[in-house]
Amino acid sequence: MKIGVVTFPGSLDDVDAARAVGIGGHEAVALWHGEHDLKGVDAVVLPGGFSYGDYLRCGAISRFSPVMTEVIGAAQRGMPVLGICNGFQILCESHLLPGALIRNDHRKFVCRDQRLRIENNRTPWTAAYAEGQEVTIVLKNGEGGFVADAATLDRLEGEGQVLARYLDHNPNGSARDIAGITNERGNVVGLMPHPEHSVETLTGSGIDGLGFFTSLVESAFA
Amino acid sequence: MARVVVDVMPKPEILDPQGKAVLGALPRLGFSGVTEVRQGKRFELEVPEVTPEVLAEVEKMAETLLSNPVIENFAVHVEDDLTPGAGA
Repeated sequence: MKIGVVTFPGSLDDVDAARAVGIGGHEAVALWHGEHDLKGVDAVVLPGGFSYGDYLRCGAISRFSPVMTEVIGAAQRGMPVLGICNGFQILCESHLLPGALIRNDHRKFVCRDQRLRIENNRTPWTAAYAEGQEVTIVLKNGEGGFVADAATLDRLEGEGQVLARYLDHNPNGSARDIAGITNERGNVVGLMPHPEHSVETLTGSGIDGLGFFTSLVESAFA
Repeated sequence: MARVVVDVMPKPEILDPQGKAVLGALPRLGFSGVTEVRQGKRFELEVPEVTPEVLAEVEKMAETLLSNPVIENFAVHVEDDLTPGAGA
């Protein structure tokens, strides 16, 4: 499949994400923030970084970029979209996902290998995992605290929209240890940890992140 | 010219780590008596004149871009008339 990876001014992990897409067996297609063009891709990854310098709020300016108009429309029609870290923030600012990400409660940037539990393996991005599978994936963020009102959190948990939860240690103050969520339809996924950094044994803590980039095939055959 | 001000504050129930950091720094500098600090943002928008339509537009800007209604509240007020001689 062709998976678009968007580059915004200030994106950091677009190259790693494109590489992970390739290792996952797909063709990565570079998308540019300033173009109203998804180049015929089947799915989109919004990578991590500090798009538009995190000015105003993380993701607030990116959400109104030309390419995001196309991504939002495509997501609403069912295209799989994965937002990682800053991408997750952009998806929340776009109202494709509920809630928001705020500064870590301990006020420091965090960079660690983080254990997670995959709670929802019924999305196009997590089908390669077993439900309840415990994985270790790189986490690095300054504003990764997931917040939403109690009714929204109850709904996310009740509808199975919590995609992954932090294990052992809540690294950023996220409500109910939430590391990632999906929308009602299940095609849009936001994740604070960085699976694209956990796809090769040469670097990092293992290859537990690879499933996010092979799942599109699994879900196609599901 | 006139100035319309939009104040954006984190909602009371949302943790404000920046405010907490400032609160923690004050006693270290010898300032006492402050029990809570909340940090927000202030936007100053200059417009040719203030009309009900302009204020409605600013409200829309505030809820669309300047604030995130999930975590922030905003308030709009007209600060002063900046026209020379208007006695601002």
